[in-house]
Amino acid sequence: MNEKVVLDRDDVRRTLVRIAHEIVENNRDAQALAIVGIHTRGAVLANRLHALVAELAGTEIPLGDLDISFYRDDLGERPTAPVVHASHLDFDPDDRTVVLVDDVLFTGRTVRAAIDALFDYGRPARVQLAVLADRGHRELPIRPDYVGKNLPTARGERVFVRLEEIDGVDEVAIADAAEPVLTGGGKAPR
Amino acid sequence: MRHLLSIADLDRDEIERIMELADSFAEVGRRDIKKVPTLRGRTVVSLFYESSTRTSSSFELAVKRLSADLVSVKAAGSSVDKGESLRDTIATLSAYEPEAIVIRSPHAGAAQLVAQWTDAAVVNAGDGKHEHPSQALLDVYTLRERLGALDGKQVWIVGDVLHSRVARSTAQAFTKMGAAVTLCGPPPLIPRAAAEALGCAVTYDLSGLGEADVVYALRMQRERMAESFVPSLREYVANYQINERRLGARQLLMHPGPVNRGVELSDDVIEHPNSLITQQVRNGLFVRMAILYELLAGGERPRGAREQGAAEAAVSQPIGEPA
Repeated sequence: MNEKVVLDRDDVRRTLVRIAHEIVENNRDAQALAIVGIHTRGAVLANRLHALVAELAGTEIPLGDLDISFYRDDLGERPTAPVVHASHLDFDPDDRTVVLVDDVLFTGRTVRAAIDALFDYGRPARVQLAVLADRGHRELPIRPDYVGKNLPTARGERVFVRLEEIDGVDEVAIADAAEPVLTGGGKAPR
Repeated sequence: MRHLLSIADLDRDEIERIMELADSFAEVGRRDIKKVPTLRGRTVVSLFYESSTRTSSSFELAVKRLSADLVSVKAAGSSVDKGESLRDTIATLSAYEPEAIVIRSPHAGAAQLVAQWTDAAVVNAGDGKHEHPSQALLDVYTLRERLGALDGKQVWIVGDVLHSRVARSTAQAFTKMGAAVTLCGPPPLIPRAAAEALGCAVTYDLSGLGEADVVYALRMQRERMAESFVPSLREYVANYQINERRLGARQLLMHPGPVNRGVELSDDVIEHPNSLITQQVRNGLFVRMAILYELLAGGERPRGAREQGAAEAAVSQPIGEPA
């Protein structure tokens, strides 16, 4: 199979530990932090980052997850309505620094939608963005604050983030556009 | 799902999907800002040929919470008063290029007809004595919220089943979700053949009510008294009213509203802790948001872009799966 693993299990672990350190370093007031993952794999990553950041900071930090289906800009251009996951954001984001977490940063449209969704819960003081992989090809003026790995890709290539909790394995892989989709997490233009 | 015309058209998976969507909209209802931009730029027509408080208000609020534009037409005060036919009214309202038409009509099959006359998705908000599918879906949602699942639960639907579109839709929906439904009421108001077709048990008195996990009382339509389906209101109350004496401590109570206080329900059970009546109304909003989302968020572009050129442009320049 023409698929190249660019981050393996240990890489993913080390990368998340580094991002957690950077988050704590950039946010002196850890009390004001909150971590919010974007469904599906961003939520899993947020869960892991949350544990690491809370331990480093030695304080309780609120954790949430967001589904952005209701905020998508391509509704009506898809054959079926997107699958919606329940969102959970049980804290008040007012005056907090909210770190949004996603697996792959690509066009930036998901992040735009997530920011819109977040602001319907309140008015955060600051929003930061952490991603495991940045594959380029932005279509919006959005840039991440914390990047696991920069992955230069062709637009047609697919990036797979696989996570233990969902896919049974931790890895990031790149595949040609022609490759059949085997397991989830593929991020490529349709 | 192209239209929502009847529960008969839905299978269990489709009902489950709407339930899960409704959960997400219930979460939206707990946010500071209870409105999402999902259906921005789309138009929904709400056309009510019969009086309605909760169905029309919850559909209309659902449209607004999804950021679609709403055109609301009530038969009273519209050109319907001047004798305009349903078909002409639909043709007129179609000029606004609505993506959905929500219709309530006193005639069975009206929603089905409208679906043949328009490109819009049609939602049946009650058609004569036929069906009221959104009510059935909110009833399933309300029970599911309280009980987790309906599988194996005993539900008694009590009252005027014959004239009730709610009974027809709700009995089917409960059955599809795995509950066992018993229809109970005065013999002239229980259509035996229909009960068999729906797979429901039939009984004519409340003696076995103790077996029910859920008691679903129907509105006793006073106008039926004049048609002598029941000897008298007093006799109906004596035999079929659900009151504190008849409702067991662990039995849940539902009613589609509006309630005839002191007829099918006594005052004391309406505010009973086991009464789900206010939850039914609250959940109606979330379930109707889910229905509109399911019908409108997938599939083709908004109607305005249907012209060939626009449609092709949309296909050749897809907006990427956001990453």
